Amino acid sequence: MATDKRKVQEINAGSMADIAFLLLIFFLVATTMNTDTGLVRMLPPMPPEDQKQEDIKVKERNLFLVLISGSGNIMAGNPGKQEIIDLRQLKEKAKEFILNPMDSEDLPEKTDKEIELADGSKWVYPESQGVISLQTTRDTNYQSYIMVQNELTRAFNEVRDDVAMRKFGAKFSELPEEQRNAVSKAVPQKISEAEPRNIKK
Amino acid sequence: MAVMKKKGNKGLPPISTASLPDVIFMILFFFMVSTTMRDQELLVRYKLPEATEVQKLEKKSLVSYIHIGQPSLAMQAKFGTAPRIQLNDSYKTTKDILDFVAAERDKLSEADRASMTICLKADQSTKMGIVTDVKQELRRANALKISYASSKSLGY
Repeated sequence: MATDKRKVQEINAGSMADIAFLLLIFFLVATTMNTDTGLVRMLPPMPPEDQKQEDIKVKERNLFLVLISGSGNIMAGNPGKQEIIDLRQLKEKAKEFILNPMDSEDLPEKTDKEIELADGSKWVYPESQGVISLQTTRDTNYQSYIMVQNELTRAFNEVRDDVAMRKFGAKFSELPEEQRNAVSKAVPQKISEAEPRNIKK
Repeated sequence: MAVMKKKGNKGLPPISTASLPDVIFMILFFFMVSTTMRDQELLVRYKLPEATEVQKLEKKSLVSYIHIGQPSLAMQAKFGTAPRIQLNDSYKTTKDILDFVAAERDKLSEADRASMTICLKADQSTKMGIVTDVKQELRRANALKISYASSKSLGY
């Protein structure tokens, strides 16, 4: 009996779980889990206002026009040779344009570009001079615009994967950063976005 | 004592719940660490477009958001259903983007300013007109790194 009296009474920890539950529910409600994902793009800098805007002349074979109409139809091709195509064809067409595998006269020129690698060696890659120009109208849907942007990104990513596979033996996303930068330099993502055309009715 | 013994022998002993608080605390800490506080109230409704080639936005502190979409249901009585631009906690027009970008840039340290990213969260049925106006304004504000927020899908 004497030993029992000296013992400190135990604190009841039964409600600890309830307190923890309360906190847990608070955090569940008050927080968001989703990580933001998106298509990353660099906008071209605004030309200074006093500078005369000259149209940069690009050879026809180096230009691939993609026009999205208000109803979501896609027209793509070299200037003057555009045709209405399906979204599913766009990636293949864009890839063909970026790569120009047969060195065709109608597809972009290539110039050899020297890229310095991390180990000091140089890598010469025939860089395509092609530019993909994306045009929309003011009433084009954002969804179709994103879908086209997505297809173009996919074309570039697949080309980069191919190049990375051939040069470094691994997929683009699995390369270390310096090699990834080298591949990005060899296959730059050249997508130019013009202001939307005002189509008056 | 005899009664006690009888009881104990008949049924299973009760499961100890002493470790339950520890388990709950573990879940609690997981949520505390892995989540961020919701920092602004949404005044527009949007359903993000879908894409397959999405990239994660890495440093959240460098990202500023521009929301474009229809006013949320509670606000529709007052503001109608035409798409609006939300900056911080109120509806704004394209003219306010310049100030918004400047204010956001001031919040960052000098070294981080170059890598500031604008995340454009626009509803999938928005017209390109308003998006392009925003983009032109961002070019003027020299905030060139942008991300078109879209949710990951598996493609067609």
